[in-house]
Amino acid sequence: MSPVIGIVIEAIIKSALMVFVLATAFAYLTLAERKIAAFVQVRKGPNRVGPWGLMQPAADGIKLLFKEEMVPAGADKVLFFLAPILTMIPAMVIMAVVPIGPDVELFGRSIRLGISDLNVGMLYILSVASVAVYGIVLAGWSSANKYSLLGGLRASAQMISYEIALGLSIIGPIILAGTMSLQGIITAQQQSTWYVLWQPVGALVFFLAGLAEVNRAPFDMPEAEQELTAGYFTEYSGMKFSLFFMGEYIKMVAVCAIATTLFLGGYLGPYVEQLPWLGILYFTIKTTALLFLMIWIRLTLPRLRYDQLMAFGWKVLLPLALANVVVTATATVLLG
Amino acid sequence: MTAELIIFVLLAVIAVAAALGMLLSSNAIYSALFLVVNFGVVATFYLLLGAPFIAMVQVTVYAGAIMVLFLFVIMLLGAERLRHPNQVLSWQQPLAVVLVMALLGFAGYVVSMQGLASPPVDVANTVSYGSPAAIGELLFREYLFPFEATSLLLLSAMVGVVVLTAVDARRGVSRGVSRDRRS
Repeated sequence: MSPVIGIVIEAIIKSALMVFVLATAFAYLTLAERKIAAFVQVRKGPNRVGPWGLMQPAADGIKLLFKEEMVPAGADKVLFFLAPILTMIPAMVIMAVVPIGPDVELFGRSIRLGISDLNVGMLYILSVASVAVYGIVLAGWSSANKYSLLGGLRASAQMISYEIALGLSIIGPIILAGTMSLQGIITAQQQSTWYVLWQPVGALVFFLAGLAEVNRAPFDMPEAEQELTAGYFTEYSGMKFSLFFMGEYIKMVAVCAIATTLFLGGYLGPYVEQLPWLGILYFTIKTTALLFLMIWIRLTLPRLRYDQLMAFGWKVLLPLALANVVVTATATVLLG
Repeated sequence: MTAELIIFVLLAVIAVAAALGMLLSSNAIYSALFLVVNFGVVATFYLLLGAPFIAMVQVTVYAGAIMVLFLFVIMLLGAERLRHPNQVLSWQQPLAVVLVMALLGFAGYVVSMQGLASPPVDVANTVSYGSPAAIGELLFREYLFPFEATSLLLLSAMVGVVVLTAVDARRGVSRGVSRDRRS
């Protein structure tokens, strides 16, 4: 077997595993969100399907599978069909460059826990994030519904605005590590310490801009239920709706995983050099903690108004991220 | 080499098809999307040439930022369809034929003079050439003045837009104030 075929087979297996893990993460993240919401609001939450409601995601999945698919009369059929897929794919492929553990020995060969390690990994993340808006915008336009169109317009304005702060906030770790590869950033954190200690402002800006990028509360203007009914996916039902649902939750996982890698040391933790498989556990714990934070924020804060959202993005986050870049660069040059 | 050639030909067909689709589709939204596909294919060409940095920037800037703004404007204005597709711009058709003939003539002349062979590409050199560090080095050392001049130009354009729109806002406010005084 030639080495090229081996690499291709390894990549296919890892990608399939990643898709499976992300789909499962989506299913149980929805349950976790409902359970945490219930806990915060002193309710019980879903508890009928299986022990502690653990089979609830399966029941929801079967229900969505058998729902009728509606297509509005004036809709653009092609784009209406394409939009959920275009939302789903970037959410999945963005995880390709995130290392979830150190290299491990398996079947006599060294295997990287992570699909790929690009030398422009951070730019890859930014470019995938920047095309992720298409699915939402096209869903809004193709539905032939004013609420949907408004949701799509809001989404494009919001995601472009917050992408700038997001892009500037990751420059800090890149300067400190001297590389754009995510593996390289983790290795650099192994030598110093978690970058959240060196880059508290960068980490904060990244997390807030990430919340806005995935349209989570308090930045869920594009789907604001009370004013836009459901924004860009008002007209969607059945499996197409669940693709949007899935896309949003997988994007949450991706943002938390990337934040873990950049600022919380990724898979690093005690004894990870001796037992490389522990890396996956540490990575999962850190990512889950950030996901809990996201859900907690949603349950605590009310939605921002549109002008507040824009003012916050352009007048607070952007100058903050820019100042962070200047200070980090100056300090790096002065202190060596 | 052959695998690379096959990939190139496939991508080239997609690029040309997307460009034609962009020109020929009567719906501006579809035109914009075809252009996005075209940008994506061009980014893949950069990857094939060993310039991943340029490829990612191509996707981020053109497909991710500029075309999203295009879509935003098209959707905001509801301008996705021409009102009279056959009447508007009809004078451009004969002109376009003449210009295309001229372009093809010049291109054919140049090709017949020089041939299609290009100088061999030094792959080891291109890899270092396309790396982020090399591009940063070029931008901030060798081409520092043009780079800064361009950013200054863009900044002044942005300030200009803000000033132009702010004048309207001030008038609106002052009108509002005078109305308040009268009442």
